Amino acid sequence: MAAPCVSCYAALSCRLFLGGRVSLSQKQGVWKAAAAELQTGTGSQILRLRHTTGVSTKKNVAALRRETYTVDFIKKQIEEFNIGKRHLANMMGEDPETFTQEDIDKAIAYLFPSGLFEKQARPIMKHPEQIFPKQRAIQWGEDGRPFHFLFYTGKQAYYSLMHEAYGKLLEVEKRQNQLQAKGLFSEKTKTKDLIDSRWLIKEELEEMLVEKLSDQDYAQFIRLLERLLTLHCGSEEEFVQRFRRSVTIQSKKQLIEPVQYDEQGMAFSTSEGKRKSAKAEAIVYGHGSGRIKVNGIDYLLYFPVTQDREQLMFPFHFLDRLGKHDTTCTVSGGGRSSQAGAIRLAVARALCSFVTEEEVEWMRQGVCKNIQSVCLLGHCFKHLL
Amino acid sequence: TMLRRMTRLLSGARQARHGEQHAALHYHIPLQDLKTVFPQGLPPRFIMQVKTFNEACLMVRKPALELLHYLKNTNFAHPAVRYVLYGEKGTGKTLSLCHVVHFCAKQDWLILHIPDAHLWVKNCRGLLQSSYNKQRFDQPVEASIWLKNFKTANERFLSQIKVQEKYVWNKRESTEKGSPLGAVVEQGLTRVRNATDAVGIVLKELKNQSCLGAFHLLVAVDGVNALWGRTSLKREDKSLIAPEELALVCSLRKMVRNDWHGGAIVLTLSQTGSLFKPRKAYLPQELLGKEGFDALDPFIPILVSNYNPKEFESCIQYYLENKWLQHEKAHTEEGKKELLFLSDANPGQLERLCAYL
Repeated sequence: MAAPCVSCYAALSCRLFLGGRVSLSQKQGVWKAAAAELQTGTGSQILRLRHTTGVSTKKNVAALRRETYTVDFIKKQIEEFNIGKRHLANMMGEDPETFTQEDIDKAIAYLFPSGLFEKQARPIMKHPEQIFPKQRAIQWGEDGRPFHFLFYTGKQAYYSLMHEAYGKLLEVEKRQNQLQAKGLFSEKTKTKDLIDSRWLIKEELEEMLVEKLSDQDYAQFIRLLERLLTLHCGSEEEFVQRFRRSVTIQSKKQLIEPVQYDEQGMAFSTSEGKRKSAKAEAIVYGHGSGRIKVNGIDYLLYFPVTQDREQLMFPFHFLDRLGKHDTTCTVSGGGRSSQAGAIRLAVARALCSFVTEEEVEWMRQGVCKNIQSVCLLGHCFKHLL
Repeated sequence: TMLRRMTRLLSGARQARHGEQHAALHYHIPLQDLKTVFPQGLPPRFIMQVKTFNEACLMVRKPALELLHYLKNTNFAHPAVRYVLYGEKGTGKTLSLCHVVHFCAKQDWLILHIPDAHLWVKNCRGLLQSSYNKQRFDQPVEASIWLKNFKTANERFLSQIKVQEKYVWNKRESTEKGSPLGAVVEQGLTRVRNATDAVGIVLKELKNQSCLGAFHLLVAVDGVNALWGRTSLKREDKSLIAPEELALVCSLRKMVRNDWHGGAIVLTLSQTGSLFKPRKAYLPQELLGKEGFDALDPFIPILVSNYNPKEFESCIQYYLENKWLQHEKAHTEEGKKELLFLSDANPGQLERLCAYL
């Protein structure tokens, strides 16, 4: 499917890599020296590792330039990464065999604490596949003859993908026709829930195929996949699922407070919210007439500006529960606008516990559809921007 | 039409029979009355609304009804009772006062209406040293404005009431005993320098004569907490003037004391124009201060609060009938709930909100 990134090549006849090779060889030499040092040094391992663990430092220098990397180079990097990983595990006192990527991240963050705000600028140690951009291997052989039959279309990976997808479509149609002819065709095949996943965007598809695509190509591909979906294919689901990414829903991650009950049996729920430097805590009662008290003062007096009161209105308005809950809040810090925002967040979280399951589903549908449509629209119109 | 009747009473003449069943309905004041009874004293936003709708409609609300009930049952032999309307900002104190004033005007009382006492303690130009009492200050501008409005409001009484003493203005002019009150007012208007004294004389005469029973006197003061607060006026040497040193304030304080009978005193507290008072203060204790509270004690406090649901509904209906709310969601239930939330049933806020719609 995707063009293999690293594949064997004839060492000498490749014209493209000659230029790159010269500059790389120096670095390779340095790395060799480093590797040698790694193996020989015993007592002073820890000190040397800080300077010479080529995997963690040198990546940031060379890796982000748009040059081609030799296959050997990548292989070497992978070896060094593995060795470095074992050394790191040793240093941290963990078992080298079961040292996962998360452990590596934690160890690096511990050993190289950085106060930089940009997360991507901090020291990282990851597998070379994730650091070096994927590249297409040489697509023709010694005699200059290309390997792939679609090479001369220019976008071989894309066209081969389309070809495969269309082939599957035809198969499914043929199968359905056969079933219909036999009379065994059933409409009841369930379509899986498409709400919480979205199609790949163009950049992701380009990354997957390691090829440049145009907008029309991308649109064509998505249309083909959608057509495949409408045919109720049970067997091609994995094929299609490869091109869908799940939309992580914030609401699922959020912890919903259970409703508490106080002495008179009135249901209430508490939660906090923050905005800029204002902190607010809100207690929302189950039944009431829509009165809100902020720091003991009526909200009309506390927020004379209409804009602030509109902010308070939004959580109730969204759920259509404007006059049904009483609220008591305490807020401190920030200015009037940020206090209003903090209370809004606190109230929204507190209201979550009063929200029934159907409402959750309805909200998610509404919100996800909005996200999907916004993503697609933004993508389609980005060339206008 | 049916809808109109739901929110309106048909004419102002029926207001004498305003009772419980008329609560939350609007009643209509003829525009002609507006000019005579209220040359001053209506809140500016209300005047704008009157101009827009081409009619003046006040909502009949519980505090006003209560006041009217008391006024109908006043015993004129007893000293004048003081009623203080207090409440948070924008709840309708001034308009309730205007309702009462209109009622009394219809009942042929003499109305002594000071639209805003705060205007007398701040931003005054032309302070003069009083000729009557050397330690006090005169405010010719404010006094003359008030005299003019007083004349418009109470034309018919000015010729009926006779002065009981002789007043000498200066070497050449004096008012004889027995001349009509109108002469004093004219004097104050023509000779602006004596306007403050004219006001003082008018107040004194009225107080004395209302005991005689020829007429009923209604003293209506808006923003009475200005009389006992601080002023923002300074003398030439930039030292602050206390309210006691203003002649107008002194005479008004004497008026508001309940040592006369034959009428009633209706007062309103107002934070909006007040000086040096926190925004959230609305209780009589806070706004009047100790001195004012003692001076006004005993009084009957009447709380004016935000709209209750029926009144709110009625107000929205009134706006809808006058086609004031043009937003398509304004007449739906959700729209009304939003308005209720945003304005928290405060009449002032609701009016401001609806202005955008």
